[in-house]
Amino acid sequence: MIKHNTVILDPDKCKGCITCMKRCPTEAIRVRNGKASVMYERCIGCGECVRLCPHQAKLPSYDPFDIIKDYKYKIALPAPSLYGQFENLTNVDYVLNGLLEIGFDDVYEVGRGANLCSELTKILFDRESFKKPVISTACPAILDLILVRFHELKPHLLELLAPVDIAAKLAIKRALDRGIPREDIGVFFISPCPAKVFALKQGIGVDKPYVNGVLSASEVYMQLLPVMKTVQLKPLTKLSVQGISWASSGGEAANCSREKYLAADGIENVIKVLNALEDGQLRNIEFIELNACVGGCVGGVMNVENPFVAKARIRELRRKLPLRFNELADEGQSLDFYKWERVPELKDVYALSTDRVTAMKKMMEIEKIFKNLPHRDCGMCGAPSCRAFAEDLVNGVIPSDSKCMYKDYDE
Amino acid sequence: MSDVIHLEFDVAGNNFVSAGTATNQVKDTLRNLGIPNQDVRRIAIAMYEAEINMVIHACGGKATADIYADKIEVVLEDHGKGIENIELAMQPGWSTASEDIRGLGFGAGMGLPNIKKYTDEFKIESEVGKGTKVYLRVNFS
Repeated sequence: MIKHNTVILDPDKCKGCITCMKRCPTEAIRVRNGKASVMYERCIGCGECVRLCPHQAKLPSYDPFDIIKDYKYKIALPAPSLYGQFENLTNVDYVLNGLLEIGFDDVYEVGRGANLCSELTKILFDRESFKKPVISTACPAILDLILVRFHELKPHLLELLAPVDIAAKLAIKRALDRGIPREDIGVFFISPCPAKVFALKQGIGVDKPYVNGVLSASEVYMQLLPVMKTVQLKPLTKLSVQGISWASSGGEAANCSREKYLAADGIENVIKVLNALEDGQLRNIEFIELNACVGGCVGGVMNVENPFVAKARIRELRRKLPLRFNELADEGQSLDFYKWERVPELKDVYALSTDRVTAMKKMMEIEKIFKNLPHRDCGMCGAPSCRAFAEDLVNGVIPSDSKCMYKDYDE
Repeated sequence: MSDVIHLEFDVAGNNFVSAGTATNQVKDTLRNLGIPNQDVRRIAIAMYEAEINMVIHACGGKATADIYADKIEVVLEDHGKGIENIELAMQPGWSTASEDIRGLGFGAGMGLPNIKKYTDEFKIESEVGKGTKVYLRVNFS
């Protein structure tokens, strides 16, 4: 499987400090030859390393704006969180008309896809026998985290396309209805985070990616700012409170039609919730919304504004919007149109071997090495913990003569 | 099969924040071994229940896990106040938890019956004033 890179390193800026390595929630980073290096098969694209790097050496991966020029008919899909980036925005139509001004031919709000997701969640809850609690699959970093590390929880996943995939499908349909040839249509998501970039380019839950490129919210913001002051306002938006609420944590869950819900944000908090669910602790919860970023999508590392400021602005914008739309009835598609086309596969990145006896032998070796390490988890060896160092040794990821400098020092 | 992975943990008493740490480490180890999901979940639920019991009732204690190619055995031992009537404690719904603890929604009263439900073998020995020893076994499919 091809794995597009989620984050990239600027080797000139990386000092080999261990900040990102120590905080990576899936232990996907090692420091090798004085530079951070990512084990991409473990990376879930959460963006923590981008957020935390004190030297700005970790960069999110996304497409350059000019990629839109490769297509004759360019459709922009703005994330709900985009509206929170602008100071004193009184009407989301400034953003949508601005997008047409900077080169797009059509705009389809991902907030409409979110409005639809909320409608669909209500219906599916009643019709299908989901394993409770149902876990939202809108945040791609969380979906990946579950596929990588919480295999037991797969039956809880809401088998629904993410709002952006729904928006992309409907936007393509609208363009085709207008007589645009399929090969001329280019669909571009304006993303708050690298996890979405990776997920959309790879295509999670879909047969084939619907999106042709994923742009960074901050790059598009820089293009939009100058034109928004003079743009002619045509009414374009069909955004509801239900749709825009998905921009921040708790917005999806508040619209899932169930009282007994839980919403957690921030990757470390999310891991605690998933562990609790796995241990059978969350007995009375029906729906779980999880976001890798603190604050939800407004906390994505490709945004401009601080998540709390953006959240406050979105709350202000909500006051002017209708509560919800009945998009499902308006669109007239069957339920299958919105469901996963393909169930994403579990990823076996932590198993030491597919053969249990071999895995046992390796684990015993790891335990033996680990027992003799100082348990300082200092990171000087280039692994995030003494245990990870022992694992790397046994897995042959590092040379067999690799040393723990503290151990030598102590002896 | 003589190969065994032996893990030991100290479970701190009255520390609800760290409760579940031993269970999480056992889960991580089982994941590394590629143990089937449903088995990991069974031992997770049973061991967490036993671990939290030790935190609430016995000021903590020791936990050990022995992982073989075909099974896991977990022993949790504390020196707490012990259980007066094990038969009674095994009955669904029976609880010594104070109204405060019950109100917190830990599902008090389902602990031991739940452990029994999720394990292939569950033994409990207890002496009032001395402590409690719990043995769990889950066979791997």
